[in-house]
Amino acid sequence: MMRVLLPFHLRKLAQIEAEGIDLDVAAPATIASVLDALEAKYPVLRGTVRDHGTLKRRPFIRFFACKEDLSLGPSTTLLPEAVVKGDEPFMIIGAMAGG
Amino acid sequence: MSKVRVLVGTKKGAFVLTSDGKRKNWDVSGPHFAGWEIYHVKGSPADPNRIYASQSSGWFGQIIQRSDDGGKTWTPPGSNPEDLKGPEGFPKGESNKFVYEGNVGTHMWYDGTQHPWEFKRIWHLEPSLTDPNTAFAGAEDAAIFKTTDGGKTWKELPGLRGAKGALWQPGAGGMAVHTILLDHKNPNRMFVAISAAGAFRTDDAGHTWKPINKGLKSPYQLPDPDAEVGHCVHRIAMHPSRPDVLFMQKHWDVMRSDNAGDLWTDIGESLPTDFGFPIDVHAHEPNTIYIVPIKSDSEHYPLDGKLRVFRSRTGGNEWEPLTKGLPQKDCYVNILRDAMCVDSLEPCGIYFGTTGGQVYGSADGGDTWEPIVRDLPPVYSVEVQSLK
Repeated sequence: MMRVLLPFHLRKLAQIEAEGIDLDVAAPATIASVLDALEAKYPVLRGTVRDHGTLKRRPFIRFFACKEDLSLGPSTTLLPEAVVKGDEPFMIIGAMAGG
Repeated sequence: MSKVRVLVGTKKGAFVLTSDGKRKNWDVSGPHFAGWEIYHVKGSPADPNRIYASQSSGWFGQIIQRSDDGGKTWTPPGSNPEDLKGPEGFPKGESNKFVYEGNVGTHMWYDGTQHPWEFKRIWHLEPSLTDPNTAFAGAEDAAIFKTTDGGKTWKELPGLRGAKGALWQPGAGGMAVHTILLDHKNPNRMFVAISAAGAFRTDDAGHTWKPINKGLKSPYQLPDPDAEVGHCVHRIAMHPSRPDVLFMQKHWDVMRSDNAGDLWTDIGESLPTDFGFPIDVHAHEPNTIYIVPIKSDSEHYPLDGKLRVFRSRTGGNEWEPLTKGLPQKDCYVNILRDAMCVDSLEPCGIYFGTTGGQVYGSADGGDTWEPIVRDLPPVYSVEVQSLK
């Protein structure tokens, strides 16, 4: 079971009380497969993390795992073992965007 | 006892302001969707308890929210209310999917090259006059979408982009369908306005559209000042009883058409400035119109720091400033295009919101004004529902 942390606004939109959620993700666990599982469980989040049509990461969303920024890698990037085991979370973060 | 419900979209959430028919004392609820940009909130004429809201964010994109109880509670359409109960409950709506039909195509970019259409957000929601489950949505990049299932799914009416869309070019504020007017007498006729493409009309329920910009002039803004498309129309308005008469606040110029947009004439030459964003029509007097002029395209605030609504009781050309209750010094706010509306009570109420976070109301057709709230986030839109 993987642990996924979401930004405040997405938790509120999906009516998730906790800071994170537990997700079953099919192996091999990649960025794309985590997002597939997230959107399957919370369809209201479709389009909020990645674009509906292209499935590209939205510009001001960042992905972190084990303190490493995975945002710029391909969506097929394999996630670290510690994240797959649930020892470390997969973090979806609203990026700094100026202002 | 009549009452009114004012729906306010702001940079940081939505607010619902309610009052009885006297419109003196107000209750304020909100922020709804706190922290999100709310471009527009509008109720269904067919069911006042049905309200649609456009919620968006530079981070998380577009969400459509819907209330079926007059703004007390909201869910993304498609959520089964039963899903919202219990520890495992969560919304299942997928109401935020706006996908252009077919080959996406291109429009004119700032440098004159062609650029693909890219969906950014919904600026304006226009519920059907007769069916609470049907509504239209005006998008940036400019397109019109329609739902017939209460906002659960949206489908583009691509004929609009077929009206010379390759020549449309974004202005500094983007390229959006920001105005949608439904003809109260002819269900097949609609009007839209786009910055910076112009005004368009359909006579076949949105299947095909044609530009209606003859008479508009944009010198030093377009290579051809009389171009068929490309004019920066800021807002158009009509009275429901007289849908062939349209009023327009353009980038510069206040215009009128007496033939459903086939030809426009300038009615703002006597104004101290004819630059502005909103325009609206009195609920009971089809020839009484309201605008809030601002200084210029470079200085988006009232002339001389005096917040003045201008009223014409003659359908244009003759204007009077309305100032009683409005700040007449040191006022440097703007009033955005969707931030003015009228109620249908007697006497007619007028409302507008400012980028400074004030919402002003007049319960006497504009003769006197009072602030309803003063310190909201910058106001993007103001709509009102007249309730029995």
